[in-house]
Amino acid sequence: MATMVQAIRMALHVGEDRLGVTDVFGEDVGPPLGGVFTATQGLKTAWNTPLDERGIIGMAMGLALAGQRPVCEIQFCDYAFNTIDLLKLAGGMYWSSNGQFNLPMVMMTPVGSGIHGSIYHSHAFDSQATRTPGWKIVIPSNPRDAYGLMLSAIADPNPVMYLAPKALLRAKALPGEEIPGEPGDERTLNKMIDAPLGDRSQWRPQWPDTEDLFIPLGKARIAREGTQLTVVTYARMVPICARIADELAEEGISIEVIDLRSLCPYDWDMVSASVQKTNRLLCVNEDTEVTNFGEHLIRRAAEELFYELHAPPKLVAGAQLPGIGLADNLECASVPQKDGITAAIRALVAHEP
Amino acid sequence: MASNVAQLSPELLLKIHQHMLMSRLLEERLIRMQKQGDAYFWIGGPGEEAFSVPLGLLVDKGAGLAHDYLHLHYRASGTLLAMGVDPVDTIRQMRCTASDRYSGGRTFCHHYAILEWNVCPVSSPIAVQFSMAPGTALAQKRHGGTGITIVQGGDAGTAEGDFPTCLVWSSRPGAELPILMLVMNNQYGISTPAATQHGEQRIADRAGPFGIKHATIDGNDPETAHAGIKQAMDYVRAERKPYLLEVMVSRLYGHSSSSGANYVEGELDCLSAFERKLEQRGLMTQSKLRELRDSYTQQLSDAAQRVRDEPSPAPEQAFEHVFATENRVGTVPGGVR
Repeated sequence: MATMVQAIRMALHVGEDRLGVTDVFGEDVGPPLGGVFTATQGLKTAWNTPLDERGIIGMAMGLALAGQRPVCEIQFCDYAFNTIDLLKLAGGMYWSSNGQFNLPMVMMTPVGSGIHGSIYHSHAFDSQATRTPGWKIVIPSNPRDAYGLMLSAIADPNPVMYLAPKALLRAKALPGEEIPGEPGDERTLNKMIDAPLGDRSQWRPQWPDTEDLFIPLGKARIAREGTQLTVVTYARMVPICARIADELAEEGISIEVIDLRSLCPYDWDMVSASVQKTNRLLCVNEDTEVTNFGEHLIRRAAEELFYELHAPPKLVAGAQLPGIGLADNLECASVPQKDGITAAIRALVAHEP
Repeated sequence: MASNVAQLSPELLLKIHQHMLMSRLLEERLIRMQKQGDAYFWIGGPGEEAFSVPLGLLVDKGAGLAHDYLHLHYRASGTLLAMGVDPVDTIRQMRCTASDRYSGGRTFCHHYAILEWNVCPVSSPIAVQFSMAPGTALAQKRHGGTGITIVQGGDAGTAEGDFPTCLVWSSRPGAELPILMLVMNNQYGISTPAATQHGEQRIADRAGPFGIKHATIDGNDPETAHAGIKQAMDYVRAERKPYLLEVMVSRLYGHSSSSGANYVEGELDCLSAFERKLEQRGLMTQSKLRELRDSYTQQLSDAAQRVRDEPSPAPEQAFEHVFATENRVGTVPGGVR
């Protein structure tokens, strides 16, 4: 059973083996390191770049313009902010050229908190990402989705942002999150595709014969079925919300947890159907709360589902602060935590019109 | 600066002159359209024709990796005309009609995008093309052959980080890229004189520490420009390594319509200088010049008249082409990669 980072690695291998990926590149992406989170170990098209994020995005755009299939990495999304005008250009290339130059490129970047990464390794990027129209955006929460969304991202003819929750990269798959074709035994897989410590110059991975699993962009997933409240979340908050749902189920409280998986396009049909069933909506994500993507969902729910709602829709998100502090207390005070989410859920479920 | 360049053939000189003249008259037509309220905004390249036309004639034009990729700036009208664009299409983009083939009425004039000729979409933010150019060049380097990437910007844009990005990424040891970097030095950044912001003697010198070949040439004379481009291009095509060419040019109508777009006295006018040269060589006469001028003026007037009646994009067209459903880049029309 793969971890998420192994799932990404195997998907990139499928990409370069079967889907025409020509380049996987970024800072420390090539050998010997193979990525700071090991996402690109052993890939035949992986290469190292100068420490220049604008150069990385520009390189990907240029390769895509020339009909290649690049996957670039920004080592931490916190360092993508100086590329935003290039991201805007990439998102607008097809539109502004009146449907001539599509950009088949993937930009992957680790996002979010949870590794004590301090101010510049803890940012979320999801709300920011949704403000660059023309990009598709995916944000997996488990190894199977990480694999299947990467294959779909690679195959898509548009620029796709692949936001990987860094706190979940080393989390192991749960039952039901298997990748078809991967060895069931964790140690076997590690031996096949994890680079050894020390000298790696002679090492070659043995890729398992994983299957094509294309998880469609724009399709959410019901992580927990329930009837009393819809929680719309993604990334690192999914396993937290799922655990809360499991715990509350023991008290007889029934929570539906939707893992959005894609932010652009996003699965409004699933959200809308769920809210019409539960009549209550809570959005949970890590990004700062002002102009947050959850606010957009709540706005839409208020406009389209107003008379279905039995309680005011609520957002639990990151505090509107300039950064996430290194000290555990500071991080926990500004990023949604299990207790706060649970309290919000209890209040919403108890609310009567 | 290079000097004593060989003379070009009379046929080529006359061809260059025709494109330069058409380019200038087109720009003047566009400026007039803006001033008369027939268009929102003008920006363009009067003053760069002596360079931009020879560049267009030397480009290996086509689709795909075997041919040149162009990342041009918005003053490259002469290059595009020399490559063969129809001035009527430039006027369409100026008028932002639905028939604008480059952007469907979405963006400013001279923001060309031509998939069939590897002309990558021109953007309004300056210098960003210097970050993208290494990507097309890397694909070309792997492909082999003689196709190169040509990237062009202005002197003021070299202050952006994208310019050193191109220097760094095109000169990685063992992975040098076939990029011809062109810096059009008109000595202004919008309204600000370069000398008040830049301490470097020559922009081309910035290539030196990277081991990138470089030169500064006079871009106001088409023969000098032709020779300078040819020399740089031949090097990039054959060696598959970068070259930085700084080109001294005039800016004859200011930055854009936002600065008035009036003819600037005191700057060398490459077109009239070239016309004097052609006359001195016995290749041109005043009456022949008048004839050409009248004929082009009429042609442009007819084109503008045609475009005047073409419809604007419909509101719903704003929602077209947000996402592609299939790959278009890397596929040569006709299906050959």
